[in-house]
Amino acid sequence: MKKVYLLLFLSLVSGLVSAQVRVSGKIKDNKGHILPGASITIKDSYDGGTTDSSGNFSFKTYEKGERTIIAKNIGYKPVEQKITIDKEPITLSFNLKEEINELSAVTVTAGSFSAGDKQRGAVLSSIDVATTAGANADITAALKTLPGTQQIGEQEGLFVRGGAGYETKQYIDGTLVNNPYYSSVPDIAQRGRFSPFLFKGTVFSTGGYSALYGQALSSVLLLESIDLPEKSEIDASISPLLAGLGTQQLAKNKKSSWGINYNYTNVALYFGIVKQTPDYFTMPQFHSGDANFRFKTKKGGMVKYYTTFSYNQLGLRRQDIDSLNLKDAFSLYNHNWYNNLSWREYLGRGWKMNLGSSFSTNKDNFSQQLQDANNQLKQYGSSTFWMQAKGFTNVGRQDLAQAKAVFEKKLAGISAIRFGTEYWHAYNTNAYNDTLRKLTENYNAVFAESDVYLTNDLAAKLGVRFENSSLIQKADIAPRVSLAYKTGKDAQVSAAYGIFYQKPEYQQLFYTTNVGFTKATHYILSYQKMSITQIFRVEAYYKKYDDLIKTIPVSYNYYSYNNTGSGYAQGIELFWRDKKTFKNFDYWFSYSYVDTRRDYMNYTARLQPNFAATHTASLVTKRFFTDIKTGFSLTYSFATGRPYYNFMVNNSGKYYLADQGTTKPYNSLGFSAYYVPSAGKTNAKTNTVVFASITNVLGANNVYGYNYSYSGLYKQAIVPPAQRFYFIGVFLSWGVDRTDDAINNNL
Amino acid sequence: MKQLFFIAGMFIASLTMAQSKYEAAMTKGLQMYKDAKTVADFQETSSYFERIGDAEKNQWLPFYYATSALYVTGWMDPKADKDKIAGECSVILTKADALDKNADLYCMHQQLDVMQMVVDPQTRWQTFGAAASKALADAKRADSTNPRIYYLEGRTVLGTPEAFGGGKAKAKPLFEKSIALFATYKLPSPLHPNWGKDEAEKALAQCQ
Repeated sequence: MKKVYLLLFLSLVSGLVSAQVRVSGKIKDNKGHILPGASITIKDSYDGGTTDSSGNFSFKTYEKGERTIIAKNIGYKPVEQKITIDKEPITLSFNLKEEINELSAVTVTAGSFSAGDKQRGAVLSSIDVATTAGANADITAALKTLPGTQQIGEQEGLFVRGGAGYETKQYIDGTLVNNPYYSSVPDIAQRGRFSPFLFKGTVFSTGGYSALYGQALSSVLLLESIDLPEKSEIDASISPLLAGLGTQQLAKNKKSSWGINYNYTNVALYFGIVKQTPDYFTMPQFHSGDANFRFKTKKGGMVKYYTTFSYNQLGLRRQDIDSLNLKDAFSLYNHNWYNNLSWREYLGRGWKMNLGSSFSTNKDNFSQQLQDANNQLKQYGSSTFWMQAKGFTNVGRQDLAQAKAVFEKKLAGISAIRFGTEYWHAYNTNAYNDTLRKLTENYNAVFAESDVYLTNDLAAKLGVRFENSSLIQKADIAPRVSLAYKTGKDAQVSAAYGIFYQKPEYQQLFYTTNVGFTKATHYILSYQKMSITQIFRVEAYYKKYDDLIKTIPVSYNYYSYNNTGSGYAQGIELFWRDKKTFKNFDYWFSYSYVDTRRDYMNYTARLQPNFAATHTASLVTKRFFTDIKTGFSLTYSFATGRPYYNFMVNNSGKYYLADQGTTKPYNSLGFSAYYVPSAGKTNAKTNTVVFASITNVLGANNVYGYNYSYSGLYKQAIVPPAQRFYFIGVFLSWGVDRTDDAINNNL
Repeated sequence: MKQLFFIAGMFIASLTMAQSKYEAAMTKGLQMYKDAKTVADFQETSSYFERIGDAEKNQWLPFYYATSALYVTGWMDPKADKDKIAGECSVILTKADALDKNADLYCMHQQLDVMQMVVDPQTRWQTFGAAASKALADAKRADSTNPRIYYLEGRTVLGTPEAFGGGKAKAKPLFEKSIALFATYKLPSPLHPNWGKDEAEKALAQCQ
């Protein structure tokens, strides 16, 4: 028995007296680059070391026998190796393989700008949209400070890279929004219907976008709604132009929420003070109400429902272009109801599902009549048909129901495949005077896309989309490819290629459905260097247009259309945002150059379109003064003149170019100020924001184009209804911060 | 019977020896921490503590120091990638969180949140700022007598503009409270975190 104790004792002591053994070596990555700061450990012991600046490590150990040694470095897969430690020094070398993970991996950014509060690589946040001078919290207006967009003031929409406004489509939670803007009024751009605060993320793609989206030749704006609000609150807004009241209620368990809002806008008081060029006989009024309901599912998924209803009306009189004694009186009544229901769910085993559905109905009732000096109706017969055509009534209705399903499976690392299908059912009617036209469209698409990460530095997105339209009885296949390669810390080169199809607009389809898809092919190359506080990007593109719609005049009020148009756009764009260089000062600069020609609609040849300025630049600046809790923003936008044309029909029923010119350059300086008394208090119960803004501070007389008289002898400049737009308002929110409740409940 | 006692005694001896091996290693680590000067020194100290933690499996202190030593490197070079360092720190701190929940760990969380907030305070104060104040609230709930809580709270208040409810006057009582608590603070063991008194005194001097 004594021997046993002795043995035990010896074995304990031997650990202390035996000699140390040196373990040394080198750690590299699998490309042979040395890895400084990597760690090496003998498993279940304290012994180990870290590599020096040349990748070498060296340490001593008392451990003996067979042991496992682990080499690891952040961002790399750890490597284990069995070694036997005896008396001799040990030399080891390790090659660690890079681990592909979302934080360090490159993301494909060619053609797209990410905006959002929580998104990685976000260019603009919703606060940016609200505070950018000149934008007045309109998403589209704020996006116009990014490269690739045109400064268009005579109609709504995003005119991207030589594309017309209808070539940009908006999606909310994956499904198309049929009427993203308030209904058109001739020569006056309307605002978007959706507040920037509804969304947590926005991707504005100016080209080369994913196969998940279709039916947009130039660009898509992808809006992702907020999941759950951070807290319950009551919101109110008050201004001489509008008043609103709403609430968001977050359940105590933070698993569900609901909200309702109502807003009313009436510009009568404002127009009484600030003179407008048109004579408004029906003051613009907007009623809008929305409601939402959202809840988290058991598996961490999300169900969201959002609905909004709006009604608006206006009536305005302007000088008639053919007769000095007459006026055109235009009036509009619009009803719009939009619904969106989406369900995002994790299905397990790396599967994710996104279901989206939406239904919208929009009714525009607009009419125009000629009026004399006493505002009395004036009618003309068919002998002066161009005058007769100025009096009309038009009732249009657009219904759209959609369903979309996308399934995603995570593969090795962060590679993924995505596939799905979507279906649109559209019903459009239009009654122009006594002529009623109806169209029913069943559109469906299937698509598949895969994100392939070859390393952390090289990623590819490969996609294909198949689309079919029952209305024009055409199908197409659209391939999409994009690549990104990381060239250094925060820097990358991306490239994208894709084919994009879009069905002709309903105004044309009402006349003929014997047309095909219009087509655009995008080629994009971009370089980007981006840190949290600075973004630099330069992008070059070439876009080829095929099968654009051409107009064939049949009679003075009847047209036919075919797909014989074509065109191209090419250009270079710069973007620079910097929050770092000057303390508390944030600015961004955009510059776009576009060379574009197209032969479409009534154009007589390939011409520079009237919505494309060759050079466009914007500078946005923001500074928040903490001591007075007030922020100021200045936005300056510049665009070179845009061409304008007068196409007339000759005796043989063909268009000819009767006159053309170029507008003078566009200039606008916007200013806004916002006072936030609760700034900096994370637990403030009442949040107040006082917001004031002026557009076109310098009073530049901007001209967006010209309208021509029937004779073609007289032209009239298209100008904004007023030189400047002023806004002042107070936004209040009373929050019930549930974090306090959570703490109190646990005490 | 005697033999049994003897074996039991040997067993206990070997246990206490293992214990003291841990203590010795920790003491050595704390000395390394004290002597560390360069970023590489701190990184090495951090890996050293992490190795101890990984080997011990049920001690939160090594992970605490491993996090803390790495955290320091985030402030040493003004060009350091604070997001990356905070991310690496969080990976280690998660291992400590799995073993214990206490005021010092919550304080460490607060320090990491603040480090990430300062990268872009204007857009991040709402997220990381809120997370940092939540971490301190958690710390107070765990042990309201930990003096480091009030030192860190004071630092945040001191760094906040006066217009936003910060400034010297508001920070001062927090540093005073921290120093008062240090006077009665009992260190659970010589290996437990024992920093903050000098820092609080220096910060208080700044407030005068």
